[in-house]
Amino acid sequence: MTTEPLLNVQDLKVHFHTLRGVVHALERVSFSLNRQETLGLAGETGCGKSVTARAVLRLIDPPGRIISGSIFFEGQNLLALNEAAMRGIRGSKISMIMQEPKMSLNPVIRVGEQIAETLIIHDRSLNRKSAKKLAIDMLAQLGIADPTRIVRRYPHELSGGMCQRVMIAMMLVTRPHLLIADEPTSALDVTIQAQILELIQKLIREIKTSVLMITHDLGVMAETCDRVAIMYAGDMVEMGTVRGVLKDPQHPYTQGLLQTVPDKANPNQPLFSIKGNVPSLLEPLTNCRFVPRCEYAMDRCRHELPPLYRLNGDHQAACFLHDSHGTLLKIDD
Amino acid sequence: MKYDDRRYSIIITPSEKTLLRVVDLHVHFPIREGILMHHRATVKAVNGLNLLLNRGDVFGLVGESGCGKTTLGRAVVGLAPITDGEIFFNDQNIVGLSGRAAYERARSIQLIFQDPYSSLHPRKTVCDLVGVGLKLHGLAQGYQIDEMVLAMLKRVGFSLEHMYRYAHEFSGGQRQRIALARALVLRPQLLILDEPTSALDVSVQAQILNLLKELQREFNLTYLFISHDLGVVRYMSSRIGVMYLGNMVETGLTHDVFQQSQHPYTRVLLSSLPSLDPDTPHHGILLEGDPPTPIDPPPGCPFASRCPEVKDCCRIDKPALKQRGNSATHLAACHFPYL
Repeated sequence: MTTEPLLNVQDLKVHFHTLRGVVHALERVSFSLNRQETLGLAGETGCGKSVTARAVLRLIDPPGRIISGSIFFEGQNLLALNEAAMRGIRGSKISMIMQEPKMSLNPVIRVGEQIAETLIIHDRSLNRKSAKKLAIDMLAQLGIADPTRIVRRYPHELSGGMCQRVMIAMMLVTRPHLLIADEPTSALDVTIQAQILELIQKLIREIKTSVLMITHDLGVMAETCDRVAIMYAGDMVEMGTVRGVLKDPQHPYTQGLLQTVPDKANPNQPLFSIKGNVPSLLEPLTNCRFVPRCEYAMDRCRHELPPLYRLNGDHQAACFLHDSHGTLLKIDD
Repeated sequence: MKYDDRRYSIIITPSEKTLLRVVDLHVHFPIREGILMHHRATVKAVNGLNLLLNRGDVFGLVGESGCGKTTLGRAVVGLAPITDGEIFFNDQNIVGLSGRAAYERARSIQLIFQDPYSSLHPRKTVCDLVGVGLKLHGLAQGYQIDEMVLAMLKRVGFSLEHMYRYAHEFSGGQRQRIALARALVLRPQLLILDEPTSALDVSVQAQILNLLKELQREFNLTYLFISHDLGVVRYMSSRIGVMYLGNMVETGLTHDVFQQSQHPYTRVLLSSLPSLDPDTPHHGILLEGDPPTPIDPPPGCPFASRCPEVKDCCRIDKPALKQRGNSATHLAACHFPYL
C-alpha cells in the first residue's frame, strides 16, 4: 500500500469537440504522484496543464470529454466511478485551489460561512457553530492576525492575498489527501507570492498532503516541487526530479524554455527565444509537436511520435535524440 | 517653488541629455460619495515623485500592483489628472498643454498598453489601426499612409498578407507587435511600455523583448519600461526605479540597485523572486501583511508599516531621496539605508 502511488494517471486523452473541429487538448498524459510529494506541471498557455488538473477531478465540461486513459487515486479508478461517488471525493479527498481567488469565492456570503459550509457538506455531524469555530482555527493556523474579524468579512473587503489564504483554508480544512493548486500565486505580487508559497509548504507538511502544483513560472516550481513534468501542446515531453529537469534538461523544448527566462541572462546579448508559435491542437498527435520550432528536428520526428525514453533514474524525455542511449519506457512501467 | 531645492537637487539637475524630467509629481483621485458627491477621501496614487530620464536610456520602473507605476506612465502621456508638480519633456513643461502643443506631445510620447487583447479595436484592420495616427497627425496622406504602415509592419516581423486582417486573428505576441508598429510609425522620442509582456508566455516574451531592444537602438528611442517582473526589468533597463505606495524609494543604475540595494523594500522585493536553481535554498525576507492602501496614507515613510528595520522616527518623518551607496546616481529614500 505504501509503495503504490497516491495518484496514477495513465495515457489520459481529453478532446474538445468544437465547431472548428476536434481540439486534441490532452494526448498521452501519464504521471504518478507519490504520497507527501509535490509534483509540478509546467508549460505555457494552452499546453493542457489546467485541463489535466480538471480531468483528475472529472470537471471537464462539455464540449470537452475524457476519451480514454485511467486515473487511479488510492487504488480506485476515478473514471469508473459514478457522479455521486465522485462528489464524495471532490473537496474531501482531493481539493483544488484556483488561480483567481476573488472569482472562486462567492461575493455575497461572508468568507467564514463559506469555509464552514465546506466543512458541513463533508461532515454532516457538524453544526454551524462548531464548523465556524473550526474555520477560525484554520485561519489562525494560516497565520492570519485576527481570524474572528476576517470570517465576518465579504470577499470584496479582502485583498487578493487574503482571499487566497481564505481559499487555502477552505481547501485544506477537510484535510484532503491530494491538493491541486492551479497557478495559486499567478495573480499575486511577488512579496505576497512568497508568503503564500511558504504557507502552502508549511501546511502540507503539517497535514501530510500531496500536491499537484500547476504553474507557468519555473522559479515557483524550482522552489516548491520535488518532481516536475513539462507539458507542450497537450503532450508530456519531460519528467524527472526538479534538480534533474532544471539543471540538466533533456528535451529541446525544456532547454529552450529555461533559456528564455531573462532572470540570469546577459543584458548585452539577445535573449534566446524559441522560434515560431505554439501549434494548433486541431490535428491528432501523430508526430512530435515541437518539430517546427526544434533546432534538432530530424526527418523521423515529422513522421513518428517519440516515446518517453527513460534516461537515468526517474528522468524521462520524449525525444528521438535519446533513441540510442535511453531505454524505452513502457506504458505499464 | 514650493519644494526644498536642495532636497531634490541631485535628481532634478538637468543636462542636455535629459529627455524627461518629472518634478514632485502628485496624482490624487478624490473618492466621492452620496448624491451630493461629498469628498470622503483621497487616493494618493502618485505622491511626490521625482524622475529624470536621459535620451537613449531604458528606465525600468518596478513595484507591486497599486504602487502607482501605471498612473505615472499615464500622467506623462496626459491620461491621468495631475494634482501638482511638473513634467518637463525636452525642457518644455507638458502639464496642462492644449491645442497643437498637446498634439505634438501626444505624437512624441507613445504608450504601449499591457493587454494587447483590449488595446486593439476588434473591428478595424491592422492597416487602419497602425495608420490612424499618421492620418490624425497629418504626417502622410493617401497611399503614403499604406506605404509607411507596410514598412513599419515589415520591421516588426509582418508581411503584406497581414495588413488587411483583423486584430482578433492574431496571437498575443503578434498583437503586441501591432501595437508597437502603431506607436513607432509616428516616430516618437519616448515610448512608455506598461507591462508589455506580462500577458504573454515566456517564449513569446523573449521574442518581444529582443524586438524592443533592436528597435530602441534602431530608432534611437528612450523607454520608460514599467513592469512588476524584476527579471525582465534587469535584462532590459540601464537604470531602474523602485516604487512603493506612490513614492520612488530607490533609483540608480540597474547594477547598483540589484547588487547593493539600499532600501529595505528593494531587498525584500529582490529576495522574494523565486530562484530557478533548485539547489539555492530560498531564504527570502517574508513581509508581514499586505501593502497599505494609498487612500490617505499616514505621514512618515510609506514602507514603515511593513519594514523589518522600522524605527520610531520612520513613522513621523518622511525620508527624502538622497544619494546612498558608492555611486553618485544611486539614490534611496530611507533614514537607515544598508551600507
